[in-house]
Amino acid sequence: MSPVNYLYLAALLFAIGATGVLIRRNAIVVFMCIELMLNACNLTLVAFSRMHGNLDGQIIAFFTMVVAAAEVVVGLAIIVSLFRSRHSASVDDASLMKL
Amino acid sequence: MENLIALLVAAPLLGAAVLLCGGRRLDRTGHWIGTLLAVASFAVGVLLFTDMLGKDAEHRALHQALFSWIPVEGFQADVAFQLDQLSMTFVLLITGVGSLIHIYSIGYMEHDERRRRFFGYLNLFLAAMLLLVIADNYLLLYVGWEGVGLASYLLIGFWQHKPSAATAAKKAFLVNRVGDMGLSIAIMLMFTTFGTFAFGPVLESVGDTGEGKLTAIGLMLLLAACGKSAQVPLQSWLGDAMEGPTPVSALIHAATMVTAGVYLITRSGAIFNAAPDAQLAVVIVGAVTLIFGAIVGCAKDDIKKALAGSTMSQIGYMILAAGLGPIGYAFAIMHLVTHGFFKAGLFLGAGSVMHGMNDEVDMRKYGGLRKYMPVTFVTFGLGYLAIIGFPGLSGFWSKDKIIEAAFAYDDGIRGWIFGGVALLGAGITAFYMTRVMIMTFFGEKRWQPDESGNEPHPHESPKSMTIPMIVLAFGSVFAGGLFSLNESFVKWLEPVTQFEHPHPVISVPAITASTVVVLLLGAGLAYLMYGRKPVPVTAPRGSLLTRAARRDLLQDDFNHVVLVRGGEHLTRSLVYVDHTVVDGVVNGTAAGFGGLSGRLRKLQNGFARSYAVSMFGGTAILIAATLLMRAV
Amino acid sequence: MSFPLLTATAAVPAIGAIVTAAVPAARRTAAKWLALFFSLVTLVLAVLIGVRFAPGGDRYQLTESHSWIADFGVRYELGVDGIGVALIGLTALLIPFVLLAGWHDADPQETGSKRWRPTQGFFALILMVEAMVILSFEATDVFLFYILFEAMLIPMYFLIGGFGDRAHAGSDEKAAAQRSYAAVKFLLYNLVGGLIMLAAVIGLYVVAGNFSLQEIAAARASGELQMATSTERWLFLGFFFAFAVKAPLWPLHTWLPNAMGEATAPVAVLITAVVDKVGTFAMLRFCLQLFPEASKWATPAILVLALISIVYGALLAVGQRDIKRLVAYASISHFGFIIMGIFAMTSQGQSGATLYMVNHGVSTAALMLVAGFLISRRGSRLIADYGGVQKVAPVLAGTFLVGSLATLSLPGLAPFVSEFLVLVGTFARYPAIGIIATFGIVLAALYSLVLYQRTMTGPVKPEVSAMPDLKVRELVVVAPLIALLIFLGVYPKPVTDLVNPAVGHTLSDVHEKDPKPEVEAAK
Repeated sequence: MSPVNYLYLAALLFAIGATGVLIRRNAIVVFMCIELMLNACNLTLVAFSRMHGNLDGQIIAFFTMVVAAAEVVVGLAIIVSLFRSRHSASVDDASLMKL
Repeated sequence: MENLIALLVAAPLLGAAVLLCGGRRLDRTGHWIGTLLAVASFAVGVLLFTDMLGKDAEHRALHQALFSWIPVEGFQADVAFQLDQLSMTFVLLITGVGSLIHIYSIGYMEHDERRRRFFGYLNLFLAAMLLLVIADNYLLLYVGWEGVGLASYLLIGFWQHKPSAATAAKKAFLVNRVGDMGLSIAIMLMFTTFGTFAFGPVLESVGDTGEGKLTAIGLMLLLAACGKSAQVPLQSWLGDAMEGPTPVSALIHAATMVTAGVYLITRSGAIFNAAPDAQLAVVIVGAVTLIFGAIVGCAKDDIKKALAGSTMSQIGYMILAAGLGPIGYAFAIMHLVTHGFFKAGLFLGAGSVMHGMNDEVDMRKYGGLRKYMPVTFVTFGLGYLAIIGFPGLSGFWSKDKIIEAAFAYDDGIRGWIFGGVALLGAGITAFYMTRVMIMTFFGEKRWQPDESGNEPHPHESPKSMTIPMIVLAFGSVFAGGLFSLNESFVKWLEPVTQFEHPHPVISVPAITASTVVVLLLGAGLAYLMYGRKPVPVTAPRGSLLTRAARRDLLQDDFNHVVLVRGGEHLTRSLVYVDHTVVDGVVNGTAAGFGGLSGRLRKLQNGFARSYAVSMFGGTAILIAATLLMRAV
Repeated sequence: MSFPLLTATAAVPAIGAIVTAAVPAARRTAAKWLALFFSLVTLVLAVLIGVRFAPGGDRYQLTESHSWIADFGVRYELGVDGIGVALIGLTALLIPFVLLAGWHDADPQETGSKRWRPTQGFFALILMVEAMVILSFEATDVFLFYILFEAMLIPMYFLIGGFGDRAHAGSDEKAAAQRSYAAVKFLLYNLVGGLIMLAAVIGLYVVAGNFSLQEIAAARASGELQMATSTERWLFLGFFFAFAVKAPLWPLHTWLPNAMGEATAPVAVLITAVVDKVGTFAMLRFCLQLFPEASKWATPAILVLALISIVYGALLAVGQRDIKRLVAYASISHFGFIIMGIFAMTSQGQSGATLYMVNHGVSTAALMLVAGFLISRRGSRLIADYGGVQKVAPVLAGTFLVGSLATLSLPGLAPFVSEFLVLVGTFARYPAIGIIATFGIVLAALYSLVLYQRTMTGPVKPEVSAMPDLKVRELVVVAPLIALLIFLGVYPKPVTDLVNPAVGHTLSDVHEKDPKPEVEAAK
């Protein structure tokens, strides 16, 4: 099987993730969509690594996983504390980013 | 001997410095210091004069270089003095009349608490005026030129608490500045043409340049002369300048400063000789002013303003003569000197009258004063006879020569025109001076108590005032005759100004005879109008010309409407423009940025998902751009 | 290594500023005396520079050079030519008078407020400005100059915004708002100018590879460093714009009347007599030397702008109702003369312009400080609130008159010499412009004498009838300035001797020679 198919799959996953981020309001779902996008990126990295025959891409994919895990920890903590104070997980309710 | 020249200026300058910086402790002695230093300057002048007489005519000029004033590459201005016959004449006139007027002022200003300062200003004037006439280059002359303007400004406005005096002083300075502009442009022209502005080199190399340049320089010098000597069109300040104390009017606005224009033109004779067009302009200005001043003098009821009109007119004569070239220079200066005597005498007489009449200046409120102030009457009367050119007295000798020279201006029509104007002027002079004489000293007394019930008690003035008047009266009577003896004055000046005998279009005896006839006519007419019937205390409405002449032939009105009002509108609109347009552009730019940032701020709506959209959009555009660039 | 005189002259006031600022709040008077002492030491050092400087010698003397930011070729390079010496002298001379004149300007308004510190700040800021201005006259490294040019805005901003004139119409809040408007306007104008200059400085570095004025100028003169015509013009414009804002040249002038009107009189003197001179000085030193061809290219436009400044400033001065704004507009007119002299490209014009910078400093200081004394007595800046002062305070009126006469360039006083040189120098090359500029002398007489007439003469107004005459401290400020005006008017040789060789160098930089007089040219 040609490694190019992996790239198509990654593009599809990324598009699904991006759409999810843009149209869903629930913070948890947005979060999962972001994870989806990250994993799509991981997939391209691994696929390219295979195509070019060196391991750099795979190494970066490991880094991405670690960062994603750390992000999840921080992000979920924020969502939980937001939910506690507002009783909602909608991202549009938290429009506090402007002065 | 030449090392003494600087002393001429230094003495009065020292006086000015001491008196003006000395403070109250000099109040008691200040006037003596001032007078002493003026007399000292006169003594130095006399010493130099006697020394000069001892030499032969060609070697009389002295030169003293003090120091390099403005040394800049290609530009040399030195503080250096030159004392030749022309300068010497002025030095003696200035210091002589100046000393007399210092003495007169001791009495005249006795009751003024600021007398010390008055003497300080007088000394300052003397220093500046002397600097003007002994400078050896145009730039240093310019210093004296503006220096006398400053002194004149300070002295006209001496009674600063009177708004009219302050305004008159400012006006005098401003009008003079317009003239000064002419002088500075003339100096700049000299510099670019000759590379120098020292008298010697400039006047010697006149032949090296074209007539166009010389005409330009000449016209600019004429503009300067018009300002300082109150010639049309810059004459309007002189009448107002009479707001100053009377000794000031006598010294500055009659005998010395206002004649500086004549000095300037005579000194620059070589330039004018080579530029006939400029000469014609000078002659026209002189002729116009001569009539203009005389007409104004006929209508004024204020004794000093009538005399001021007369001064203007007489200086018109001098300017006219100076414009005639070598046939006129010597007579211009001669008339200047005799005029210095009799006009100063007339002003001092007027001051004496005012002193006795509680500072009343309206001649309609005088009348019959000859009984009360005999000395003033006699000295004033001699001055009167001199100015109208009564045969034998000073004015006759000098004015008659000018009329002759005017007739000799040209073989053709010009000689007739300017000669005729000069002759007509003599008639009007006789008219207005007779009017002044009759209204002041003859007829019945017309003064009344003022509102507070103070009636003037006319009395003769103290000795310190009458003695200078007597001395000046002697000058008014004899100076002209003395100068004309053997043509001594002309010969004295000849090495500096050159001299050619005029050849008038009609014979000399005929001119003299018609001058005498004209003056008798003028005087007779005045007698008929003012001597035969009592003078009304309030002025009658008068003819259109009289009313215009009372308002200085409407020149002030013209200035007011065009220059003052126009200027006010201009400055006001400029202030508005500066605030709204020039500043507005900048403030507008600032406001524009403010508005733009207000709009941009709305993009920052705080919704995480809209930020995400812009991030995606931005990224997509970037990637698309990269791909496109690759493809190209 | 010899004693670093130039650094010392700038360092002394800088140290003075720090020491003054550190004086405890209660020892206010000590701080003032300390500041005065440091400014006097600076003056002594400046005189020493004048003594050690040999006018006929090298172009830049007393040079110092140390590596500073080696990566960018930025050096700490100092050196003075005659023009620099004259202006350092002016600055060092004026500051003690500024300090003395502003002796009470920053005192606490309620007596007994023990924790009041701004007094120390006021004096320290003035010394700081002095240090920066002096160093900017000495800097021969473009980058070093740029830094100083910008840095001096900071103390100036605080001086204008923090210590306003206490004589103002209306409420305190309104005055404070106007003051902060003036300070911000000052800062913004000069910052914009500075930013554009920064771009040009970077551009210059890209082209030349270093910042050293002397090296670049030498390379340009020898032809080693060629610049494309358009590059040179853009760089020139970048530099010139900044200097024209500072100078200020029409139409970039509107910050000056606000700043001078709202600041206290001594600070106004500091702005116009000292800080603004950096702009005109830099035109001579940087614009002409680095970009000779572009300078000549821009000359006609600049001369026209200068001419507009002269006439426009004078006309606006006539229309002012506020004494200090009047002086500000008069200064704009005078700066027009200075810039005109610089760009006339004749030795008379440029010597005159340099002399003008010195003379304008002294004459404006004299007029403005006396005006400040007057204003502080009556508590109003409006001309209409005065009248007849001459009767009650003759010495004050007399000194005010001398200041006015200097402003209108009366012969015998210093400004005449420089103004006439500028006019002659301009006339020699551009007769029409010279003649129109001459109208400026009539307008100058108009605004000066109108100001004097309206404030000093006429009947005594009741509000001024109890006005005291000048005090000893004030006389100590004014008398030397007036003496200097007279001295430099009669004997300007010491300054012209300093300036002439430097002007000769500048003229040869732009490859210009004085036009020959017609008679000589014909022979």
